Amino acid sequence: MYQYTNFDRQFIAARNTQFRQQVARRIDGSLTEEEFRPLRLMNGVYLQLHAYMLRVAIPYGTLSSAQMRQLAIIADKWDKGYGHFTTRQNIQFNWPRLIDVPDILDALAEVDLHAIQTSGNTIRNITSDHFAGATSDEVEDPRIISEIIRQWSTDHPEFQFLPRKFKIAVTGCATDRAVIKAHDIGLQATRRDGVIGYQVFVGGGLGRTPVIGKLLCDFLPKQDLLPYLESILSVYNTSGRRDNKYKARIKILVNALGIDNFRDQVEARFSSIRKTFASPDGSFIDNITSQFSPPDFTDRSVSPFEESYQTNPMFKQWVDRNTAQHKHEDYRIVTVSLKEPGQTPGDATSEQMQVLADLAESFSFDELRISHEQNIVLPHVHKADLPLLYNTLKKHRLATANIGLISDIIACPGMDYCSLATARSIPVAKEISTHFDENNMEQDTGEVKIKVSGCINACGHHHVAHIGVLGLNRAGVENYQITLGGDATENTAIGDRAGPGFSQSEVVPAIERILGTYHKLRHDAEESFINTYKRVGITPFKSALYPAAKQSR
Amino acid sequence: MSIIVTDNGFSIDDREGSTCSPEALPPSSESQTVCLQSEDDPSVLADSLDRLTLIKVNFSSFSDGRGFTIARQLRSMGYKGRLRATGYIISDQYTMIRRSGFCEVEISNELAERQPQHQWMFRADWQQNDYQRRLGRINFNY
Ligand code: HEM
Ligand code: SF4
Repeated sequence: MYQYTNFDRQFIAARNTQFRQQVARRIDGSLTEEEFRPLRLMNGVYLQLHAYMLRVAIPYGTLSSAQMRQLAIIADKWDKGYGHFTTRQNIQFNWPRLIDVPDILDALAEVDLHAIQTSGNTIRNITSDHFAGATSDEVEDPRIISEIIRQWSTDHPEFQFLPRKFKIAVTGCATDRAVIKAHDIGLQATRRDGVIGYQVFVGGGLGRTPVIGKLLCDFLPKQDLLPYLESILSVYNTSGRRDNKYKARIKILVNALGIDNFRDQVEARFSSIRKTFASPDGSFIDNITSQFSPPDFTDRSVSPFEESYQTNPMFKQWVDRNTAQHKHEDYRIVTVSLKEPGQTPGDATSEQMQVLADLAESFSFDELRISHEQNIVLPHVHKADLPLLYNTLKKHRLATANIGLISDIIACPGMDYCSLATARSIPVAKEISTHFDENNMEQDTGEVKIKVSGCINACGHHHVAHIGVLGLNRAGVENYQITLGGDATENTAIGDRAGPGFSQSEVVPAIERILGTYHKLRHDAEESFINTYKRVGITPFKSALYPAAKQSR
Repeated sequence: MSIIVTDNGFSIDDREGSTCSPEALPPSSESQTVCLQSEDDPSVLADSLDRLTLIKVNFSSFSDGRGFTIARQLRSMGYKGRLRATGYIISDQYTMIRRSGFCEVEISNELAERQPQHQWMFRADWQQNDYQRRLGRINFNY
């Protein structure tokens, strides 16, 4: 993990002092409300429906045990004893008071955390693969360049007042767990002739205009990374639209210019910007790189694992569902589900955070990850430790074996918290997960990704869900539109709209009909929902969803 | 009368007088002052940089950040003269202004009253805590 230097600490301390002063200057009138707004946003402070919300960055999703413990303490001291992990690898506290925020920021700084650029028209928290450094198929640990980009984008003098927010995601391998093509910039490490470089995608995004990122550069040499990123941002900052915030994202600019024209502009600017970068001190980069070197894996017998695996079917089910292959054969990557059926997806209580911090310290080299799927990952667990880990998780209601299944739902906060919401999303997610858990359909259905957003801004990623649920408001009544066939992996696809929306009480029956159709049409249990959908298309699902419409024709 | 903010604090504008838009710049004459708007492309000044002694870049709103990139472009084109941010800029942006290559900010009396000198001086330590410089991004400070 990256260890903060004195430089990083001094930076955060200075920034917190500035923000404390900005809050005071808002109160004494030196700053107008309009002036204060972007300043509070670039420090992570939102105004929600009922209260302020503080969004804390978890850079590229990596946390230490000490950091997780501090989040638990903050949840207890300044919030209502819980936090909400988001699809953007952040944690949100929903109930702080504005005047307490400077103290919370100081508490975060004690463990090298901050809320900088988690909001506002800035380059946001860099997101990455939650299996980084643990998965076997990696060209490079994506956290190395994520950290470099974090540093480059932090307080970048040109890019604090962009036309709109800007999101960058990084993956270190061809398997994409970071949805890079749904980001303003997506980077994928690749190797050419033995040299590591990056594929660069630009102009992806969700929201009201979902677009899949386009290939901007097939192989960007490592040493050109920052000047090239700066060139993209430079073009965007001067040419992105500022007259209409719904048309201000870079995807609109890229579509208006065409990718080739956009690339020409970036390259023209790159030819001069590259000269404004001295090659950074090599030891500086080497130092960042070495901080992500693998932990000291130990050689121990895995027999305690084998024994439990043979004799305890619950444990076996959990291992098969919630753990993934690690690059070291004696280790597993463990995903802890924050999706117990009936719970708010992504919420964790302070007690659960403490438990997870302890478990990471004992069993995962002090490291945790937050996934964009709103779960928590223990990246390096020795198989021999899995039985004890499982038992402890179970005691704290953290052993739900549902990763990738129906109840592993992504949901945005929706009407329960968000001032932009047109419908509730958390209750819908809860209803779906409770229903399919009770009728035992889940294990047999296998992998299916359901994602719920409470308005067209699509914070719940519904566009890239196998089954997407979008909450709208039709004449004062909540109405849920369903999309099918989206895909958040390297085969990124935007889902197709199934047809007219459903009332809240009709959502679960509608999903039941979709899944029933899948069960009827799949070749066998090996053929997943998404593969069946890709083979048969939307038509049979539509007929199942709207039988009355078919009859009347 | 406007107030000029530099690292040394407030002062009175010593360069009051007419400025022109880049299109209106007379072909080769004595030293000149031009004012760029946010939508202007600074490359139109490429051939005139040597004879310009002051370039102003106007911010129509503090929340429109185009001027920062324009300043950076002028510096990377080789402009070494005086570069001033004008229009609506707040003291919280002083660090960004300086790191983007501006020498100074011109503010209204009204803003100078609401955000007095000490609030700007609080950000005059802009050479500190600079992530980009550590990564090799060169600052042009003239
Ligand atoms: C105060 C609550 C929130 C507000 C006001 C808000 C606002 C927005 C808006 C306006 C957009 C559309 C941007 C555009 O299309 O240009 C958006 C997109 C998005 N937000 Fe949120 N959001 C909130 C909470 C969240 C949460 C909790 C998450 C994570 C679970 C999240 C993740 C995302 C993602 C992934 C997108 C789509 C990606 C993209 O930017 O294109 N947001 N949000
Ligand atoms: S999708 Fe809409 S309702 Fe949900 S968090 Fe985003 S803005 Fe709020």
